[in-house]
Amino acid sequence: MTAAQRRWVFLAAAAGLAAFYLWGLLGLPGFGRYPGPYGFVILRLAVRQTSATGIVSAVNFDYRGFDTLGEEFILFAAAAGTGIVLRRLRGERERPAVDEAADRDVPPTSGAVRMAALACTGPVVVMGWWLTSHAQANPSGGFQGGVVVATAFILVYLSGEFIVFKRFSPVHLTDAVEAVGAGGFAAIGVAAVAMGLAYLTNYLPKGQVAGAVSSSGTIALISFFVGLEVAAAFILIAGELLEQTLLIRRGS
Amino acid sequence: MSLAVHTPYTVPAGFMDALQVTILVLAAVGATAVVLIRRPVHQVLALSGYGMLLAVLFLAVQAPDVTLSELTVGAVALPVVLLLTLAKVRKGEE
Repeated sequence: MTAAQRRWVFLAAAAGLAAFYLWGLLGLPGFGRYPGPYGFVILRLAVRQTSATGIVSAVNFDYRGFDTLGEEFILFAAAAGTGIVLRRLRGERERPAVDEAADRDVPPTSGAVRMAALACTGPVVVMGWWLTSHAQANPSGGFQGGVVVATAFILVYLSGEFIVFKRFSPVHLTDAVEAVGAGGFAAIGVAAVAMGLAYLTNYLPKGQVAGAVSSSGTIALISFFVGLEVAAAFILIAGELLEQTLLIRRGS
Repeated sequence: MSLAVHTPYTVPAGFMDALQVTILVLAAVGATAVVLIRRPVHQVLALSGYGMLLAVLFLAVQAPDVTLSELTVGAVALPVVLLLTLAKVRKGEE
């Protein structure tokens, strides 16, 4: 096939794609218009049924909890995969991070970065915990909270040394926390089955006040476990990458 | 059925439209910038800023939960992972 023929094939295909794309765009509902009934039904029923004022969390952790379980295990598999791919290979030697500093031509971390990172660490942990524990009250939840908590550990790395990061998050501990987080979510669902209910049925007492921290039964509990799993997964991934960058060099 | 509810925090519809259009344009500019910038480190920084823009966009279209996710993943976690990878790759070249 000559260059000219290829160009014609491309132009025909591109024109076809553009035509179908425009056709599809014209069929979309208008900006901000919601055609389906499902959202309105949920908005009317969710607070009464789940006692959660954070409707998004009610949907994520209760109405379509099984879907979220799958999403959580995507992250679990990603962290496990990172750990496996980035493991220390035969012939690779680990060097302490101190050695590494000598042949890096980056300037040492400035006092300003250290102070800022150090000052942010505490508030970031509090914020992450608050987000994780208030899924039932507002549009936060375990996922966002978990990532924020993991960010605090990256701040620890920024404000100090890699060794400090490792001391704060030893791999066996983060591994265990991640497993507990992922397993806890699944176990809450299995417990419902053991009681003769459908998987992930919200079987815990919903509390007196809608949107209170103690309300909404399994939604708050699942958010907590998701927070654990997400925080641990992100810390593991960041730790593995830092280790690759700072410690492991090609063997001689 | 209309979702319009008037609360003390309700802003005029015209203001919201202007805000959404502004942020959509900024997001388009940001995405183009990410593609056009050639130096990887600068590109990652642009990507982080673009993630921030997307977070604001999601806030402006009333999806605060997605805003939080985008802010943490798009503006922080993804750039950190990319920067670490760049550091590793650059070290391999030396």
